[in-house]
Amino acid sequence: MNEMEKASVAPHIVVEGVSFSYTPAGRQELLALENVNLDVKPREFVAILGPSGCGKSTLLYLIGGFLPLESGDILVNGAPVIGPGADRGVVFQHFALFPWKTVRENVRYGLKLAGYSKPEQDRRALQMIKLVGLNGFEDSFPSHLSGGMKQRAAIARTLAVDPEILLMDEPFGALDAQTRSIMQTELLNIWQSSRKTVVFVTHDVQEAVLLAERVVVMSARPGQIVATVDTRFEKDGGDILKSKIFIDKVDELWHLVRAEWVRAQGAQ
Amino acid sequence: MKKLGASLPLLLVLVLWQAAAAENFSSSALPSPIEVVLAWYSLLASGDLVSNAAFSLYRSLSGLCLAIFIGGTIGVAMAWVKPIRVMFAPLVDAFYPLPKSALIPVTAVWLGLGDASKILLITMGCMLPVTLGAFNGAAGTEQVFIWSARSLGASRLQTLRDVVLPHALPELLNGIRTALALSFILLVSAEFISARDGLGYLIAMLGNSGAYDAMFAVVLTVAFIGFFADRAYQQFLKRALRWRG
Repeated sequence: MNEMEKASVAPHIVVEGVSFSYTPAGRQELLALENVNLDVKPREFVAILGPSGCGKSTLLYLIGGFLPLESGDILVNGAPVIGPGADRGVVFQHFALFPWKTVRENVRYGLKLAGYSKPEQDRRALQMIKLVGLNGFEDSFPSHLSGGMKQRAAIARTLAVDPEILLMDEPFGALDAQTRSIMQTELLNIWQSSRKTVVFVTHDVQEAVLLAERVVVMSARPGQIVATVDTRFEKDGGDILKSKIFIDKVDELWHLVRAEWVRAQGAQ
Repeated sequence: MKKLGASLPLLLVLVLWQAAAAENFSSSALPSPIEVVLAWYSLLASGDLVSNAAFSLYRSLSGLCLAIFIGGTIGVAMAWVKPIRVMFAPLVDAFYPLPKSALIPVTAVWLGLGDASKILLITMGCMLPVTLGAFNGAAGTEQVFIWSARSLGASRLQTLRDVVLPHALPELLNGIRTALALSFILLVSAEFISARDGLGYLIAMLGNSGAYDAMFAVVLTVAFIGFFADRAYQQFLKRALRWRG
């Protein structure tokens, strides 16, 4: 895609002039986001990177339609977001699988809501369970699964309804390092074959560079976008983590995030 | 082995009971286990035990079902709709410490000595544990579960049915267990005081007429019914909540 073509593509998600404040119990009102602007193109993988507490999850929840928008605009496919919807699938850090449903029932739930016939629900659910490598665990309850397996099931549940957009809130943050690395590779494969628009929140610089085509750095509270780094490069093949371009990008982003982290410490 | 361990203390009590009764220090007030069994058998044969038990079970189950339905609905509604919470929370707080047996004369004055006063009593008396269980369980639903359902395409009402209710179930079922025990207590007490039939009435009537062996037989029957009802309920709990692993 050349620059001309790219400019002509209407953005899939538009975040314009969004500010958001909230009042924690017994404390003063806090400004979580201040004048955030972000365009995400169709099929683009964007990572939002920032220190914890910078409001990056808040931004994701606003796009998800979970929080009421106070000021600014959020558009998906040109239409303002007014609430949650099946066009925007969400994967949370703590899995959020329904504990009273088996893996199969969890994955089928969205399909049931979408009105698929029973056999079709089963067929698609099994297909998704297979995609994330959970065959054999269809009838297990989440309480019997490891963290990595729970997150696989949660991803399968989200992908089953085939949302155009994937919103991921530190989805691998609660996993051990090895599992995380495997899941990152699998997510990359899934994204490359399904080509969904992904907004991926993380505080892990390497994860952001490895997965995303573009990394947006947010400042400490109030969250603002302070930098955007292009991280498109060849990510197939063996040792990306040791390639010069990967190390350079991580280094560049690390400095940006570190500056914000230092600023956040100073502000406290 | 485990079964034996549990029945050993009971066996011991039985032996002590028999020994105490044999000592004969007031034989009519403490009939021996054998006398009680014989009295139990004749009550069973005459049909008195079964007919009165039927009255009692009908009253307690009807009251319990109403309490579960009304109490559960109020509890979930309190968790889901803020104005309802604002309206009902002070009422729940005010009525919770009230000894529910104080309602016995009240419902008797309102509805007389028949089934209706007992059913109302049990409904009112057993509602609050159910309401609190349903409310706590529903109000504790994690935000991410609700958000997950909504982003999978569930409407608010579908979210209530598919997420909030199942999430509330463990605490709701615990509240119901408390209500189950409470319903027996209330029923038997009410039947002592204001009834013409039922197991509580039978206990009072036999006690007043000095038939202590038969009275003991009915007391033990009530104890067994309560015990087995709770056991059966626990089995049901285990099945209903097997996902908790």
